[in-house]
Amino acid sequence: MAQTNVSTAKKDKKITWKEIKRQKTLLIISFFVVVYGIVFYYWPLTGWLMAFQNYKPKDGLLHSQFVGLDKFKFLFSDATFLRVIRNTFAMGALNLLTTTIMAILFAILLNEIRHSMVKKTIQTVSYLPHFLSWIIVTGILHDALSNTGIINDLLQRAGIIDQAINFFAHPKFFWPIVAFANCWKETGWNAIIYLAAITAIDPSLYEAASIDGAGRFAKIRYITMPGIKPTIIILLLMNVGNVLNAGFEVQYLLGNGLVQSVSQTIDIYVLKWGISQNDFSMGTAAGIFKSAVSIALILVCNAWAKRAGEERLF
Amino acid sequence: MNTKTIKHSFEDKLISVLIGIFMTCFVIVTLYPVINTVAISFNEGIDAVRGGIYLWPRKFSLKSYDTVLAMQNLLTGAKITVLRTVIGTLSALLVNALLAYVVSRKRFIFKAQLSLFWVITMYVNGGMIPVFLLYRNLHLTNSFWVYVVPGAISAWNMLVIRTYMNGLPDSLEESAQLDGAGYMTIFVKIISPLCKPVYATVALFVAVGHWNSWFDAMLYNRLKTEYTTLQYELMKLLSSVMQQSGSADSAKYNAASVTPVTIRAAATVVTMLPIICLYPFLQRYFVTGLTIGGVKE
Repeated sequence: MAQTNVSTAKKDKKITWKEIKRQKTLLIISFFVVVYGIVFYYWPLTGWLMAFQNYKPKDGLLHSQFVGLDKFKFLFSDATFLRVIRNTFAMGALNLLTTTIMAILFAILLNEIRHSMVKKTIQTVSYLPHFLSWIIVTGILHDALSNTGIINDLLQRAGIIDQAINFFAHPKFFWPIVAFANCWKETGWNAIIYLAAITAIDPSLYEAASIDGAGRFAKIRYITMPGIKPTIIILLLMNVGNVLNAGFEVQYLLGNGLVQSVSQTIDIYVLKWGISQNDFSMGTAAGIFKSAVSIALILVCNAWAKRAGEERLF
Repeated sequence: MNTKTIKHSFEDKLISVLIGIFMTCFVIVTLYPVINTVAISFNEGIDAVRGGIYLWPRKFSLKSYDTVLAMQNLLTGAKITVLRTVIGTLSALLVNALLAYVVSRKRFIFKAQLSLFWVITMYVNGGMIPVFLLYRNLHLTNSFWVYVVPGAISAWNMLVIRTYMNGLPDSLEESAQLDGAGYMTIFVKIISPLCKPVYATVALFVAVGHWNSWFDAMLYNRLKTEYTTLQYELMKLLSSVMQQSGSADSAKYNAASVTPVTIRAAATVVTMLPIICLYPFLQRYFVTGLTIGGVKE
């Protein structure tokens, strides 16, 4: 019986009742999984209607007053929202740039270490911060940067400053602190994939380069770097689409009233309007803006990579 | 020729020195804050306020740990966190593996459509507010299940498992079918045992996510303190400058020998300890996992 089924399936690629019956188990699982997906991932999209309404929970989605693009007009006339967009982009770009450079630098230098025990130990240490929650990381950072913390301590001992600096009270320090926090947490982790890419480079290239008289710098510059270029590009592409998503936890946990002009991101804005002030329409509108820009960024990057003849996502 | 070798040995040394400096700084910057927190947590409270503790406690004391381990909200938080990590990881692994199994069957009728259905969810989502309202309507807010049910299937985890399953030879499935095995039997008896490495990887990612999450606790269960997580309770402890509840508790236990500084440090150490102890042994799983995940889907 089973044998005939297999052979018919091979011959016939069209959907037949026999085939459906044979794949019953798969279809039942698919059914439940699709129902789950519709409920938890697709159904919330209907909530986007709220952005075009004066949504009142008692009237619901169907009976709330329709206001067209009013919410978006209000959003873009709100100076706070414009500042929030700037902050999100600036911190997203700064984080992406610094974490990528640090990860590549770390991976290349680690790969140059010949002593395998040392290499292994450093790598194990480098993963550690990735496994700590942002709560812990920001807590630690707060301590290190506090008035009696290690940074002020060192700066005072070195005679660079006389008085302890309150780093969290000055807007100019906020973006660098966030970028540093991201580098601290993710450098070792992000380097894993670059190290894998370096390992995949054909060793005979290095041997040939040595015979031609290339030094270590030259080998890094002309073999390692071009070797991991496709990986760098594909990871950048994947992450550019996420630039706007990366602006929540750190900013929320490190921000305070004194620096909120530079610390607030779109997600924090959504949280403030939507959850704290119960203006679901405004919160949703800001959320839609974020999704739209993210998707646009992914598409633009993909098209750009395609034209340049590089790897692309889809 | 001679100048060339001299140049090279100089270059070699220069690079070694640069690597030495970079890596030393890297290790110090990574480890110092963690060690410093541990040192402070073991220090006597009043003494710690003076500052100047670096790598080792000045006046050794375990009082902060006594206090922290007696805090009811942290204990409840720890219980919820352990529960959500265990239940959440097992259920997520089961459903993602099942889904990956279905979409990796070569002859499955809706293979392409079902994959696309999930890939779309990686790029488009309703956003915070519609999702919040949905969970409220489904009565998931103010309940434990909000941690486990909504996030169970994730397209990314599913794709990692699928990539691995796609790499297994088709003949496994075919020969089992010839022997009369159904799809579930093949999944349980043949495919899953071979997927242990990738299951371990995904389980690790999911478990770490559960252990470290706090935002869902704040958003959905703020009003139900019996369901808040350890990280969220730690955040409340860290952000309350005056440590109202903390100092009240500490007054009850041991007068003034604990202070907010040491309590915060001790709570941080307790929260990160399980992960710090475990992660070095799980290295090979996340390294392979990231490498699979990085492969183009």
